[in-house]
Amino acid sequence: MATIFKSGLTLAAIAAVCTSLVALTWTLTQQRIADNQQAYLERSLQPALGDVAYDTGILDARIEIPQPHEVPGSGAAVVYRVYNNGEPAAALFVVTARDGYAGPIKFLLGVTPDGTVAGVHVLEHRETPGLGDGISADVSDWPLQFRGRAIGNPVVERWGIKDDGGEFDQLTGASVTPRAMVKAIRKTLLYFNSNRDLVFARETAP
Amino acid sequence: MSFLQKLKTGLWDENPGLVQLLGLCPLLAVTTTASNGLGLGVATLFVMTASNALVSMARRWILPEIRIPIYVLIIASLVTCVELLFKAWLPDLDRSLGIFVPLIVTNCAIVARAELFASRHGVFDSIVDGIVMGLGFALLLVFLGSFRQLLGQGWLLALLPPGAFFSLALAVALKNHFDRKQQLARRTLNATDSRQT
Repeated sequence: MATIFKSGLTLAAIAAVCTSLVALTWTLTQQRIADNQQAYLERSLQPALGDVAYDTGILDARIEIPQPHEVPGSGAAVVYRVYNNGEPAAALFVVTARDGYAGPIKFLLGVTPDGTVAGVHVLEHRETPGLGDGISADVSDWPLQFRGRAIGNPVVERWGIKDDGGEFDQLTGASVTPRAMVKAIRKTLLYFNSNRDLVFARETAP
Repeated sequence: MSFLQKLKTGLWDENPGLVQLLGLCPLLAVTTTASNGLGLGVATLFVMTASNALVSMARRWILPEIRIPIYVLIIASLVTCVELLFKAWLPDLDRSLGIFVPLIVTNCAIVARAELFASRHGVFDSIVDGIVMGLGFALLLVFLGSFRQLLGQGWLLALLPPGAFFSLALAVALKNHFDRKQQLARRTLNATDSRQT
């Protein structure tokens, strides 16, 4: 009986010491960790903005557009807006193409107010290495071809991959992946064109 | 035993990875680049040293029945601290090591040092033991990481799991080879000595 009591006390004492150690470290690091996460998110969003000039933080004006909407993905559509001198500079859509070859492809699409693509940047995908993974900017230049394009350049019927009579390059040995991406980009641009004011003029604008 | 002798024990004679073959899961999984190997190596070195120190300090109150939960408690807290420190000051390294920083908790090399050494020796000796054993483990991680990173440039297999097993096997084989050579040299030396006398 006495041993159990003693063991329990020892355990409790050591647990208290260890917990204080963790608590102390957490207090010292917590602010830096939050800052780092913020900076990382900002850095991962930035490539989809291309060379658009803006003077607000990307994370400052985030909105969620509730369903129903035509942005590919499930649930509310997440959009980050950036502004320059108080004027809208670009909107960043978080798009999920659900018809990738190996599961959904999550990417960012940057659009300037006139409906032109600023950049496409893939965040998550599970496409085949060496084939479908060319959609990722650090593997190939494939996503760069969208920069400067809009609905009308080319016309909406030609917004597809070359195999389907469209204007965009596919990837060697992979057409499912690019087809899914082009389709999702086209849908998002069409949504943006008819909802421009809604996308930019939401409560959290500066 | 002098510090240098102990260093040789940790780095070579009783290297946790090469001889005791402990902690192989992180060792095999993260050694795809030299910097990953160094990161996890330093983290493990720190946890091993600190846990040895704490276990040694508490050794008089630890009853044999509850020693395992206490080791786990101490090691898990230290690993949590290391993880927080990594996230705060080395976020990129933390991202590339991913789950393997929290998984240091399960590195049996650390529990082994707590049980075999720190629970029976003074605080200073235990700290020295943590440093030399941790260094042995860290250097092996860096060696394997550099080796696989170099080879992986032209030979993708080196970066995949089989490459990890081959590289470790090669390192163990090399060590055994050197040991045997040294043993042989010593034996012939002894033989000539005895013939002369």
